Amino acid sequence: MSELPKARIATASLAGCFGCHMAILDIDERLIELMKLVDVDRSPLTDKKRFTQRCDIGIIEGGCCNEENVHVLHDFRRNCDVLIALGQCAIMGGLPAMRNAIMHSDAPLRECLDEAYITGRYIRNTTHNVPNDPALPLLLDEVYPCSQVVEIDYQIPGCAPGGDIIFDTLSRLLTGKFQGFEREMIRFD
Amino acid sequence: MENGRSSSGKKDTSVCEIPSVAAGEIAAICKTHGNDKHRMLDILRDVQDRYRCISPSALNRIAEATGLTRIEVEGVASFYSFLSLTPRGRISIRLCDDIVDRYTGLEAVTSVFEEVLGIRVGETSPDGAFSLEYTPCIGMCDQAPAAMINDVVLTKLTVETARHFAKTLKSGQSPEDLISDRFASLTPHERATRMVDNNVRHAGDVLLGPVPEEAGLNHAIGMTPTQIFTAIEESGLRGCGGAGFTTGRKWRFAASERAEQRFVICNADEGEPGTFKDRVLLTERPQLIIEGMTIAARAIGASEGILYLRGEYVYLRELLEQALEERRRRGLLGENILGIRGFNFDVRLQLGAGAYICGEEGALISSCEGLPGEPKTRPPFPVNRGYLGFPTVVNNVETFCHAARILDRGARWFRDIGTEGSHGTKLFSICGDCLNPGIYELPYGHTVWEILERVGGEDAAAVQVGGPSGTMIARDSFHRKLTFDDLATGGAIIVFNGKRNILEIVEYYMSFFVHESCGYCTPCRVGNVFLQKAIRKFRKGLANPEDIEYLKDLSGTIIETSRCGLGMTSPNPVLTTLQNFPLVYAAVTKPNKDGIRDTFNIQSAIDGARKIAKRRSYIFDRDFTQ
Amino acid sequence: MSGTKKETGFSFTIDGVEVTAYAGQTIMEAADEAGVYIPRLCDHQGLRHQGSCRVCTVKAGGRSVAACTQPAAPGQAVENETKHLNKMRRDLVEMLFHEGNHLCPICEASGNCELQAMAYRLDMTETTRFPYLEPCRALDASHPDIALDTNRCISCGRCIRASQDVDGKGIFGYVGRGIHRRVAVNGENLADTDAEVSDHAISREVCPVGCIIRKRVGFVTPIGEREFDNGLIGHEIEEKRK
Repeated sequence: MSELPKARIATASLAGCFGCHMAILDIDERLIELMKLVDVDRSPLTDKKRFTQRCDIGIIEGGCCNEENVHVLHDFRRNCDVLIALGQCAIMGGLPAMRNAIMHSDAPLRECLDEAYITGRYIRNTTHNVPNDPALPLLLDEVYPCSQVVEIDYQIPGCAPGGDIIFDTLSRLLTGKFQGFEREMIRFD
Repeated sequence: MENGRSSSGKKDTSVCEIPSVAAGEIAAICKTHGNDKHRMLDILRDVQDRYRCISPSALNRIAEATGLTRIEVEGVASFYSFLSLTPRGRISIRLCDDIVDRYTGLEAVTSVFEEVLGIRVGETSPDGAFSLEYTPCIGMCDQAPAAMINDVVLTKLTVETARHFAKTLKSGQSPEDLISDRFASLTPHERATRMVDNNVRHAGDVLLGPVPEEAGLNHAIGMTPTQIFTAIEESGLRGCGGAGFTTGRKWRFAASERAEQRFVICNADEGEPGTFKDRVLLTERPQLIIEGMTIAARAIGASEGILYLRGEYVYLRELLEQALEERRRRGLLGENILGIRGFNFDVRLQLGAGAYICGEEGALISSCEGLPGEPKTRPPFPVNRGYLGFPTVVNNVETFCHAARILDRGARWFRDIGTEGSHGTKLFSICGDCLNPGIYELPYGHTVWEILERVGGEDAAAVQVGGPSGTMIARDSFHRKLTFDDLATGGAIIVFNGKRNILEIVEYYMSFFVHESCGYCTPCRVGNVFLQKAIRKFRKGLANPEDIEYLKDLSGTIIETSRCGLGMTSPNPVLTTLQNFPLVYAAVTKPNKDGIRDTFNIQSAIDGARKIAKRRSYIFDRDFTQ
Repeated sequence: MSGTKKETGFSFTIDGVEVTAYAGQTIMEAADEAGVYIPRLCDHQGLRHQGSCRVCTVKAGGRSVAACTQPAAPGQAVENETKHLNKMRRDLVEMLFHEGNHLCPICEASGNCELQAMAYRLDMTETTRFPYLEPCRALDASHPDIALDTNRCISCGRCIRASQDVDGKGIFGYVGRGIHRRVAVNGENLADTDAEVSDHAISREVCPVGCIIRKRVGFVTPIGEREFDNGLIGHEIEEKRK
């Protein structure tokens, strides 16, 4: 297995909770086996902020809720041969996308921000302002699943996906043996 | 319907309060209909007419009187477009929003009504005087744009006439005054033809030529049921509503089922956009229709019949009631018809309330039973277990007329007209971009070219045959023939010239099906919304080349898994245009560059936030400091 | 629906497996008895057949029909587990996911949800092409013991039939038409009805998703012990044949 040339992978967390990245660590001791197959390029796990070279696989956690997410996702698509959406947020927007369903008013984004920072029942915001630092990326009108912004090659479901399905999928993709998931492994929660 | 979101966008916020005296009045309305739950549609129509809405307390009263639960009554009241749980105006203005109306000036007419009445489409005026809304095809495509003002129909509207009508209404005059200042003294037939032109452009031998009175019925009473079935079968008559089932066999099936009772129902719910042929028969041949029903009743042994008239044709109600009354007086309906002991048959008129799906046989029966117009599970078929569980023959208006004529002139006479497999004449309702829209009674077998020459539509670029659930063809198919085996149609032929946008037409037709799906089964309820949204993406230039495959794929699922004919044909506008106008689709798709979706528009996605934050994007705006 | 069992049966096949049926039985009834599972959502043991979700679509006599309402016919060859039919079914399940708000990670029905379990069984794991409709209907939490979140309703109507036919109450019904058709209650809200948490219509087995919520019992079953944590939906029927 280890004689193959090593593949390069990259990961990113967009509008997610970082739980899917934690789940990658749930591979446990098999990480050692996996690391024989791959080098990790741009990723919060390596703290590399830019691509050092083209990657074979990009793994995306989270959907797109702001412009920076879109920018990063575009970057991944341009620099990776295969793009994987990891977890429900990347696949269908997940919890952040709950705002899509409650935003049917005429000024949805404004109402959403007001409720989140000013009028919400449990808000303790003494400034009574919506944060607006110039460094903050602009929010999108709604939360988009990754597949609406770029082409996605594979999705690994779960919230977060279990270590088993992540390991199983990655190792089979890397060896060219991926034919779909074992039904018993599929989970949306 | 803009999207599938549940908030229906109703703007009415006023509460419909019924005065306390109304409790007795609602009870009285229910009583006039025998407190019969099967007459729910009549009860609800009456309550709607009287109180302009069916309020929560009305729901409770009606439920009490009919022995149903409130939710069952609400289920019916919320199903039909012409019934409303929130108040509508004393004068309800429904502008016909068919694609043909759109192409003949609907938008300008709408603006005039909005301006004069001071309300927008979808609103009711604060004083409760007017409500303004759109409604799908009301069967006036040959004289579009058209509108319903309560029970009155206005046609060939222009900016000038619309302004005049709106102002007249606003000055307090009644809708009837718009038709004639001596409306009250007109006969029902005069009233109907003042409102709506028949537009008969070509009368054939069978239906619209001279028809001797009761000749078919007089023959039928001398025949055994088997002889009647055989005559109808040998004539080759097939259902004229669109599906084309052999009429004689249908009658024979219903007769062969063992049952205590049987029913004959006439389907006058022609709702397919672009179809208005039955309108003319109902206006000019009501006696022939009922004669045909009576023959069917004689053949299958039915003593009760129902004429189901679409709510949009309410202006023909009194004309038809008069025809029924006249037949009763002449001994052609009621007991011992034509003096034959035991030949008992009578017909009641059932008015619909705005639901295309009720043209489907099972849904029509549900509606007659006082239920939401949902198709029934098949089997059992209506001929086995139909209205109230009894064997029921449901035939189209035109089919009954043909049957009566066949019994008069003989099966051979009818069979010799038309082509092999498509016998007799057919009423075609032709509209759109042509010089002479209207009704043409022609034998089956004409080519589309021949039809276009006749109607003055030679510069057609596309022809929709059979309405949205039929086929959209391009010029290279105009040699095809109008028969059951080639281009089948329930009668609608809509002509479009080269200036029309095919995708606009398709999107309109999909929005029609979304509006008219009953919602019972998943593929039709949800799938059609997805199809409409996908077509909108094409129109906005936001589709990928793969989306063409997606349209076909989704259409396939809807067609294969839907429960009734609506879902089995609703993707046809998409599929037939993909097949016959492929470039229309291909021309507007955008391929993805480097796997990045061009269809995702970052600029519009951040525009709202840009305005709220009052700054530009440091990523996507070149000069973000502004 | 099924006829008296004293009659002699007849046989037909489902994917080549011979199955015995009695006059009046539907394809699904006969299949269930024979241990052949046909996917379904709106159909439920002990309730009238409705034939609305269309997930049980099978091919019989060359036509696609709903197995829950289609009578079995002697000698007929029925197709069930084919790639084509499962693709249709997956489309239908996906339509239901997208019609409502189905956020499995925060739904207390997760793990016990038939919609979710059906998605697992039908391999619903590829990138979706369907849009999300994202309804926004008010939650009805008026009742002391029961809440109703119709944003998760899949219009299966099982609660309607259970309440009408089993409980004899008629608490639920459909209102509206087309995409606006949805389940509503017999009154202003749930507290206005005579619904009780002990009703069959309210029991966990009747609502296949997280629409009818029994208060104060959410998330009591730990992950790993929920209904579909250890077996695909339908396995209990399939095990009859093993």
